[in-house]
Amino acid sequence: MKKFYDLHLSVPLDNSDLTEKMIRKAKTLGYAGLGVSFSPSVLGETLSRLRQLCKYVDIDLVTRVDLEPNSSKELLLQLRRCRRRFELISIACWHKPVARQAAKDRRVDLIYFSSLDFRRRFFDSAEAELSANALAALEIDMSPLLLTTSYERIRLLSYLRREVALAKKFSIPVILSSGVSSEFFMRGPRDLAALAYLFDVPSDVAFKYLSENPLKIVTRNRTKLSSTYIAPGLRVIRTGENCVE
Amino acid sequence: MNRRRYLALKIEPTQEVNESDLENAFLGSVSRLFGEYGVSKAGLVLLSHDPVKNCAVLRCTSASLDMVKASLASITNVGSKPAAVHILGVSGTLKSLRGKFLYH
Repeated sequence: MKKFYDLHLSVPLDNSDLTEKMIRKAKTLGYAGLGVSFSPSVLGETLSRLRQLCKYVDIDLVTRVDLEPNSSKELLLQLRRCRRRFELISIACWHKPVARQAAKDRRVDLIYFSSLDFRRRFFDSAEAELSANALAALEIDMSPLLLTTSYERIRLLSYLRREVALAKKFSIPVILSSGVSSEFFMRGPRDLAALAYLFDVPSDVAFKYLSENPLKIVTRNRTKLSSTYIAPGLRVIRTGENCVE
Repeated sequence: MNRRRYLALKIEPTQEVNESDLENAFLGSVSRLFGEYGVSKAGLVLLSHDPVKNCAVLRCTSASLDMVKASLASITNVGSKPAAVHILGVSGTLKSLRGKFLYH
């Protein structure tokens, strides 16, 4: 059975009842894992409280930080600060230089673009080519599809169709996530896959975007953040006196 | 021959919804996304609605199944009240749909 991950959920960390409700709902909807957005300055206490809650509900918590830098220099600084603290680094590409830097930096896991300001959707073939040589995946939040109507939704769908086709051409992994901050707009993985039909993603591919691709990123990052990891293909398997056999 | 598909739905309303509002929400959603041509192809029929369990059974043509699923997932209001529609399952016969998804 597929393990579905929703890597973008904004829970109100100051309201523990609502947080629990949203996490329980995610479990009911069929998610095995949940990426919760934290601010870079989140306290360790909040993190451990949420981790405990997720363990109790039996859902895998993925810690995620959303960075919104204004320049590529600021992006590099924030990446240096956050990379070792969070399992997932996501960059909001509101500016072109930031988008280009994020696409080529191997510390970046996800890049996403403005849903409604279409001039700031910088995912063109140059961006895709840079992403293809690094590790960044394209994240598509589905909540704007629920929140917009008429002309805005038409334009959004047309952009998404073009971007998904570009990602496919350059073999860039795509992630579908809910991107919601309200319990009411939460949708199950099958519902999100059904919505992806609107921008020409067949359901089997949409399921891959919701399970295989996110799981691959999370597993890769957890391996890198573990204490035994040294470099790609190199890890500590034994320490202490019994190292020599 | 155009085959039929049956969908078991879970309605998540904030307040109680009636059957005609629900039917209008389904038709309206398909119409907004795929137009009148899409609605005519979908052949939507609301077969049953249980307001206590908040479940419903909807029939559509198999050719329009993906269209209908996408439209149902995009519903955010039923009769001006906020609501969400989740698809529990799809089946080719009403009997298997009820056995698999509605009597559990």
